[in-house]
Amino acid sequence: MTVSAPVQIEVRDLTMTYGQTVIQRDLSFNINHGDIFVIMGGSGCGKSTLLKHMLGLMVPSRGDILYSGASFFQANEAEQGAMRQRWGITYQSGGLFSAMTLAENITLPLQLYTNYSAAEISDIVAYKLALVGLAGYQSYYPAEISGGMQKRAALARAIALDPQILFFDEPSAGLDPISSRLLDELILQIKESTGATVVIVTHELPSIFAIANNSVYLDNVSKTMIAYGDPAQLRDRDRPAVVKQFLTRSAAADDEDRL
Amino acid sequence: MNSPQPEYTLAREASGTSTLSFSGNWAQGHSTASFSGLQSELQSSRPERLTIDGTSLGAWDSIFMAFLLRCHDYCHTEGIALENRNMPAGVVKLLAVATAVQPFQPGSDNQHSWLSNINLGQLLGKVTRNMRESLSFTGEVTIALSRLIRGKANTRFTDFWSFCWQAGPNAFAIITLTSILVGMILGYLGAVQLKQFGAEIYVANLVVIGMLREMGVLMTAVVMAGRTGAAYAAQLGTMQTNEEIDAITTMGISPIEFLVLPRMLALIVIMPLLTIYADLLGIVGGGIVAGGLGVSPIQYMVQGESALSFTQISVGLIKALVFAVLIAVAGCRAGINSGRSSAAVGRAATNAVVTAIVYLIVADAAINIIFQHLGI
Repeated sequence: MTVSAPVQIEVRDLTMTYGQTVIQRDLSFNINHGDIFVIMGGSGCGKSTLLKHMLGLMVPSRGDILYSGASFFQANEAEQGAMRQRWGITYQSGGLFSAMTLAENITLPLQLYTNYSAAEISDIVAYKLALVGLAGYQSYYPAEISGGMQKRAALARAIALDPQILFFDEPSAGLDPISSRLLDELILQIKESTGATVVIVTHELPSIFAIANNSVYLDNVSKTMIAYGDPAQLRDRDRPAVVKQFLTRSAAADDEDRL
Repeated sequence: MNSPQPEYTLAREASGTSTLSFSGNWAQGHSTASFSGLQSELQSSRPERLTIDGTSLGAWDSIFMAFLLRCHDYCHTEGIALENRNMPAGVVKLLAVATAVQPFQPGSDNQHSWLSNINLGQLLGKVTRNMRESLSFTGEVTIALSRLIRGKANTRFTDFWSFCWQAGPNAFAIITLTSILVGMILGYLGAVQLKQFGAEIYVANLVVIGMLREMGVLMTAVVMAGRTGAAYAAQLGTMQTNEEIDAITTMGISPIEFLVLPRMLALIVIMPLLTIYADLLGIVGGGIVAGGLGVSPIQYMVQGESALSFTQISVGLIKALVFAVLIAVAGCRAGINSGRSSAAVGRAATNAVVTAIVYLIVADAAINIIFQHLGI
């Protein structure tokens, strides 16, 4: 694998709103090159919204997000396109194009952004599908395979262009524990052998402890981040109490105890 | 970094053992060799063991892995043992992941051939199946309707009003445009012929009868099929995709009563009203053309009134009711039977419009023949 410049994602002073409603405010954290970074928090705290901001699908009401030191939101369209080419993304419900076969889904980014011949692309598609354990499913439509297979097919499409940053929105939601663990391992193996940075939105505790080395916790009540660091260390600390509860899956304590 | 060309060499070592050495940068932007060349070399040398050597391999990415996977698969089917020597750790790991699961052999049912779509027998079967499904759907709707009349149906009237609003007032602009133009077209059509007999005044009769009996209701129905029928199919298709229809069914509510009836009733109420509106505007459009031929508005109105009768109006209104049911059945059936993907929702919407228009024209012809025989 070519050694690329260290990619760093820097979230600076980010405030996210839907109209007048503040979702999260004053978020500032860094994601280092090669991290597996987890965005966690209770349901409805704005995890997916944060991911949408990082992907440039939503514009922050204040603050900025920097990729390798360059602001995404101040970049022009061509520069944003170049940044996005280095990302691989899987969406909560897969996001596979239902009118295309799995092979066509993975072929599309390769056709758009590489100069490979049709035969080379078909070899690469076969390889990407084999990586996620779907070798031979080229001519299937997303609707014809199971939910777990769709998640893996979406991963195959996300890694089509050998991205430097991989974003996952709830990768193991709706999967059984075994499939979910296999998917975690797959993410880990692909990350280790390609050296990509991985950003995951999840609240699956086993996933968090199995793969993450850095994380941020978004709090629903104070509308900001209240913990940042290795999730295993956050679990062993006593404060903030709500983070400890989240990571140890214990019942809610008194409300005064929250912060 | 200089960029040596990606190359491979296949060398025979001891008996039955060959070494495949890679060198250069096997990465995007370099022209890499295709596997077919290596395959023919392997076929001629027929080794028992193949050692892949990555000692002088430069940069590598997916194109190298794709090549290696082809190589692995070939060796696997030919029974050639594969060994690694000095391969980068990432390559070994990725190859292990990629070959952990046996390739799946798709069955023959997954052949998507376009030729099978134009088989005449199948096509006929499809048409009859389609008609049978429409009929049974109409039957279900009739049962739901009888439950509604007995006050047992789970139909929400708030839904009904909102569908009336969508189908009716929101369609005024487009109906206005099409009906005035259709009235004018009818006027011109008649004027060219009637002028030869000096009978321009009868343009009024032609337009009034033509609009009331035929064109007003048919054009309205075509617009509604494209506008409302397609919308119904897309709404219900998306609800199918989101498992909303499953949720409604498991709540013990009939999807027909809850989703189809309000839509159909809205169309049944709105279609006759829109038809009357379209008829009026069409007659105005014909009047504009007649004015251009020297028929004064008063003459046009008096002459038109002589052609106007309750029978003509009611023929149009009966058609409006029939068409409303047909459009709603075509749209709702396509939506309810839609598959669960965005492509399927698109197909459902297309299907709804095409079916509705075919139904409209066939029904219109049938009604005209019946009325002809009845002397109406």
